[in-house]
Amino acid sequence: MSADHAGPAAGPAATVRRLEALLEQRGLIDAGQLDRVLGAFLARASPDNGARLVARAWVDEGFRERLLADANAALPELGLSMGGGIQEQRLKVVQNTADSHNVIVCTLCSCYPLALLGPSPTWYKSEAYRSRVVRDPRTVLREFGLELEPGVSISVWDSSAEARYMVLPRRPAGTEDLGEPELAALVTRNGLIGVAPL
Amino acid sequence: MAELFRIGDTVRARRVDPPHHTRLPRYARGAAGTVTDLLGHYPLPDRSARRLAAEPEPVYAVAFAAGELFGEGDHTVTIDLWESYLQPAAEEPRGGDTAGATSLPPRLRRDAPRGRP
Repeated sequence: MSADHAGPAAGPAATVRRLEALLEQRGLIDAGQLDRVLGAFLARASPDNGARLVARAWVDEGFRERLLADANAALPELGLSMGGGIQEQRLKVVQNTADSHNVIVCTLCSCYPLALLGPSPTWYKSEAYRSRVVRDPRTVLREFGLELEPGVSISVWDSSAEARYMVLPRRPAGTEDLGEPELAALVTRNGLIGVAPL
Repeated sequence: MAELFRIGDTVRARRVDPPHHTRLPRYARGAAGTVTDLLGHYPLPDRSARRLAAEPEPVYAVAFAAGELFGEGDHTVTIDLWESYLQPAAEEPRGGDTAGATSLPPRLRRDAPRGRP
């Protein structure tokens, strides 16, 4: 693991501040422009978006199939997209079933579908999570409080390139009477990463 | 650029140790897996990070058995890999470079001396 991944972010942060100051000084951007762009992006980036996708997939079989087949094409149905960053990223939604479970990681840094899950939790960026979940996911999930049955197979998705992953959790039993907003409220960011059942 | 591999092909991640930026995870190097998806075409980070010309090339989702990666475990790990990181599984798991060593100037090859020229 290289030092620039393990070390504090002070170096890059200072570089970014200096670069921003230079861009402002030379009139290429105005003061606060970067903050406004980032603020606007982050205001839309929330795990509520992922939860809405999950709830719709639970109640609408056709949407679920479209979401699993080509998530980028299905997202606009809920007014969402993966285009908020520099370029549109490919999204792949992976579905938990009775006998298979999915969990996502980026072993090289912290890649993650920010627009749908919100800013990533600190542990997602930790060396401990990144190195251990690929090696021994069952134990790591147990530490998160998710005990899988021995027969449940585990797929780990390492977002090492340009695609981003989101987990589609299983719909809990006894939720037949709930509407989409109530179902969405059951879904957590950890569930969309795959370290919680929901 | 046409894809060299297809879904279902068995491929091997190259066993290399490049002195430059790469997005070929160390734990995958030398391991054999199965192509499960084609993820589009993107510039090779090994080259783009060094500001070298980098034409988009195919990126694949490759599923590896935990036993192949770590010698134990019954799960699978799917890793997204640029075509330059892969070779047919039947080939000897050595040689090549993640950034096309033969077409690079000598000082950028992986056998070049470290440090500034």
